Amino acid sequence: MTSATVARWAATYEMVVGLEVHVQLKTATKIFCRCSTDFGASPNSNTCPVCLALPGSLPVLNEHAVDLAISAALALGCHVQPTSIFARKNYFYPDLPKGYQISQFDKPLATDGCLQIGTRSDGSPINIRITRVHMEEDAGKSIHDRFPGVTAVDLNRAGVPLIEIVSEPDMRGSDEAEAYLRSLKQILEYIAVSDVSMEKGSLRVDANISARPVGATKLGTKTEVKNMNSFSGVVRALEVEFARQCAVLDAGGRIDQQTMLWDANTDEVRPARSKEGSHDYRYFPDPDLPPLIIPIERIDRLEASLPELPAARRARFREAHPNLTPYDIDVLTAGPGIGTYFEHVARQSNDAKTAANWVMGDVLAALKTTDQTIEHFSVRPADLAELLNLVRDGVVSHTAAKQIFGIMVKTGDRPSEIAEREHLLKVTDDSALVAWIDEVFAELPSEAQRFVGGERRLQGVLVGQVMKKSKGSADPKRVNQLLAERIGT
Amino acid sequence: MAVTLDDVRHIAALARLGLSEDRAASLVAELNTILEHMDVLSKIDTTGIEPVAGIGAAGLPLRPDVGPPIPLARERDAFAPSMRDGFFLVPRLSTHEDPEATS
Amino acid sequence: MTASAGSLNELSAAELRDRVAKGDVNPRRAVDAAFDRADAVGARKDGLNILLYEDRGDAHRQAAGIATQRDSGESGPLAGVPVIVKDNIATTTLPTSCGSRILEGYVSPFDATAVRCLREAGAVIIAKSNMDEFAMGSSTENSAFGPAKNPLAPTRVPGGSSGGSAAAVASGIVRIALGSETGGSVRQPAAFCGVVGVKPTYGRVSRYGLVAFASSLDQIGVFGRSVDDAALGLHTIAGLDPLDSTSAAEPVARYRDAARGSLTGVVIGRPREYFPDDLDPRIREKCDASLDALKSLGAEIRDVSLPHTDLAIQVYYIVAPAEASSNLARFDGVRYGLRMDGNGLRGMYEATRSTGFGPEVTRRILLGTYVLSAGYYDAYYRKAQQVRALIARDFADVFRSGVHLLFTPTTPTAAFELGAKSDPYEMYLSDIFTCTANLAGVPAISLPIGRVDGLPVGGQFIASHFDERQMFAAAYALERRLGAGAHQ
Repeated sequence: MTSATVARWAATYEMVVGLEVHVQLKTATKIFCRCSTDFGASPNSNTCPVCLALPGSLPVLNEHAVDLAISAALALGCHVQPTSIFARKNYFYPDLPKGYQISQFDKPLATDGCLQIGTRSDGSPINIRITRVHMEEDAGKSIHDRFPGVTAVDLNRAGVPLIEIVSEPDMRGSDEAEAYLRSLKQILEYIAVSDVSMEKGSLRVDANISARPVGATKLGTKTEVKNMNSFSGVVRALEVEFARQCAVLDAGGRIDQQTMLWDANTDEVRPARSKEGSHDYRYFPDPDLPPLIIPIERIDRLEASLPELPAARRARFREAHPNLTPYDIDVLTAGPGIGTYFEHVARQSNDAKTAANWVMGDVLAALKTTDQTIEHFSVRPADLAELLNLVRDGVVSHTAAKQIFGIMVKTGDRPSEIAEREHLLKVTDDSALVAWIDEVFAELPSEAQRFVGGERRLQGVLVGQVMKKSKGSADPKRVNQLLAERIGT
Repeated sequence: MAVTLDDVRHIAALARLGLSEDRAASLVAELNTILEHMDVLSKIDTTGIEPVAGIGAAGLPLRPDVGPPIPLARERDAFAPSMRDGFFLVPRLSTHEDPEATS
Repeated sequence: MTASAGSLNELSAAELRDRVAKGDVNPRRAVDAAFDRADAVGARKDGLNILLYEDRGDAHRQAAGIATQRDSGESGPLAGVPVIVKDNIATTTLPTSCGSRILEGYVSPFDATAVRCLREAGAVIIAKSNMDEFAMGSSTENSAFGPAKNPLAPTRVPGGSSGGSAAAVASGIVRIALGSETGGSVRQPAAFCGVVGVKPTYGRVSRYGLVAFASSLDQIGVFGRSVDDAALGLHTIAGLDPLDSTSAAEPVARYRDAARGSLTGVVIGRPREYFPDDLDPRIREKCDASLDALKSLGAEIRDVSLPHTDLAIQVYYIVAPAEASSNLARFDGVRYGLRMDGNGLRGMYEATRSTGFGPEVTRRILLGTYVLSAGYYDAYYRKAQQVRALIARDFADVFRSGVHLLFTPTTPTAAFELGAKSDPYEMYLSDIFTCTANLAGVPAISLPIGRVDGLPVGGQFIASHFDERQMFAAAYALERRLGAGAHQ
């Protein structure tokens, strides 16, 4: 199915989406015990009486998990509740060792947040309300196909701290759902509470979707869609399910409230095989965990230590660097590291636009080819600024600068050292330039003759050859002037 | 509120108790007798009363995000009914059957 | 100076540890005296059935370790004292089966904190005692391994659920034993067996390693042959534990210091709801005699009321099974314990749990699941927790009004015959005077105050939160005053 199928219904029905996102928090130990959260350990090696649910074990809450959860809630504009309660969600599953998950139900950690995911054509913001953010523990892993006829259970992941972020059904369309997920991921990356990778499983999405006639205000019956492994998977799954619901409604049918599973291989959603009857989780406050009381000072301290969030950074860049385009700003604020890097370069080179171009172009490309992160990039921002200053001051040409940059990426050396070492300092001495021009003329006699005869458009080629010969050190401006003087001679 | 046989079956299923039909039937009467005694609670006025919650005004204590993990005095396979390659093994879930399985 | 094996059993725990510390008694002999006594009274399955697991060799090893430590000048507060631990408290050296088939043979890979405290104090853990399955019962008849019998009257129950530990102390095998309380499971068997039983304030003793029945009610409790034994035992295991989030930070008082206290100025409440018109008049008489004794010791006796007392059983039998239904979900055959084959995973769960759990446990899991289930949560569980707040408030109000302690009968009857109570609800009523303290989280102690038809009767003191010292002071004083009369 394609978006065209969705478009088929667009005039008649509106897609209404709410998302429940589970995020693994980056703590060293699990939420209720001191086992390591390290990825990739051999099965069940990161377990203890608590996360194995041995008789007599008890949970003790990890304070860093609380701080990360509060930070996430604050970054999402939520009100953090001074008192919240852990509750037991009771059901049987082999990777749920206690037979219940410790989560939060009636009194979650935070409520009433908001995430702006874009602006409408009239400039008004698209805000998605966040109903709640609560803390809970992850379950272990059940692997069904490793051994024949049995399910293999690994409890290393059981007890890893999660936050669940629940939105109101405020999204209209799969593009808004995707925008929500991108914004959410970006914010959580900025505050460094999680790796937020769907591929690695540190970000998981369940979608609630319904369809209603365009113009209706009452919500239709929703279904829950699970098992998406990427943002594009979420988008596809929503489109497919929307189309299915519209077809049912259009034929006069009713939507059954049920759980659907997305199958990326077949591009289909199908009902989850029913797990006998309704889910009655029998939530009640966990008697092993007294209420979590968070003093206002702790909330204030965490709020004060939040790093600059994407929206604030974008606004500040717009204000501080009016010659950057909205696209520039989006790229430079995509991740927290890149903006910090850019600013450093911009400040020290005093030329935000040039800095922006270099960061968006050369730096990002280099990061990709050398598989580095900006936080650990071999080119320090101060050094890149120095390079830009060398160009601006005419000490090296723009072409030479590109070469120098390439060497900086490999060696981490300073640009002025490299320029000297590689003889890339700009040559402005006419005698040297004339010598190179003469050499080029000798090597390309036909072009030279035609240029001198008046074919001005060959100037670029000739300049390029001179630059090449000089390994980029020739001053292209002066070369152009010298060449121009030879016309008609 | 009277508990029916269906209720008992449903509750037993939720609790994975595997009751025989005879046992389920006798439990209907037992539960109803017990629950009858509880009816008196519904007549008590509890407006504005907060249900009992955990002890202590300071609430839930927090621990630092550090190890070491709680040690085990014996290996997991000393008490696990079925393990292989470090995994706990259970019969495969009916929702994840091998294609040729029948139940 | 050596002491004969028989008289070793007669020494109080404090006296024994003093002699061990001085070098007068070899800890190994105290261990042997305990095992010999167990033989003599027929403590195993073919007799009273009060001990489920024991390891003489391990006990000797522990004793040898204590002796070595003593030789280098170190001696803990319970050095060389043999103790017995209820089968639902985790020990690494003996099985922890909670009186249930579903944990038969399970040996915990960690010690309960209370057990660790005992070991660090030099106590020698010699056996695990019989109990009602998962602590659900008031007679130890619900054990999957057969009922235990009352050493003072072997056709009768020792009480429950900690019947084995109570009987072990009553029969002179040990001076101190650990039990657990959820609705009275230490005090009631203490009363039935004629020994001292203490339930601490909720949170006073760590629950880490106590297999959970009802988490908001459970506490490890202590049996003592005398009040002093119980005080020493409790002091050893009390205190904040970072492994238990419900554990209290309150400093632990020196309970044994209360032995010298006077009761002058102490106001003792006699709550009328615990002396109903239909209370066995002989039990009432014993209680009132005790109150007279307390008065003669300088206490002021005051009539008080705890108006929501008659709702306690209903509240208890909603809250406890509800929490239990959740706590026992982990027994699923996946990671430990019994596993029975069934049809697929679901079949395994059901076969395991239906084979592994006895009828009372099954009944309570069902009841608990029901009162938490959709549509019933508000009417049952939430309501019960609200009424529980009223019960707790009754105690707070009374203690705030100038009353320091309450004194009541521990149980409405003396030990009943094995098999006498077949109706579950009738059995539940045995907890009628004890479960209020669990619901309110306040500490309580039962001690022998006399006999009726030759059977022990217990009276209990209830104190306010963390005021165990006051409770011990009154218990010490009453015990001293009653003397031999406590067992007549």
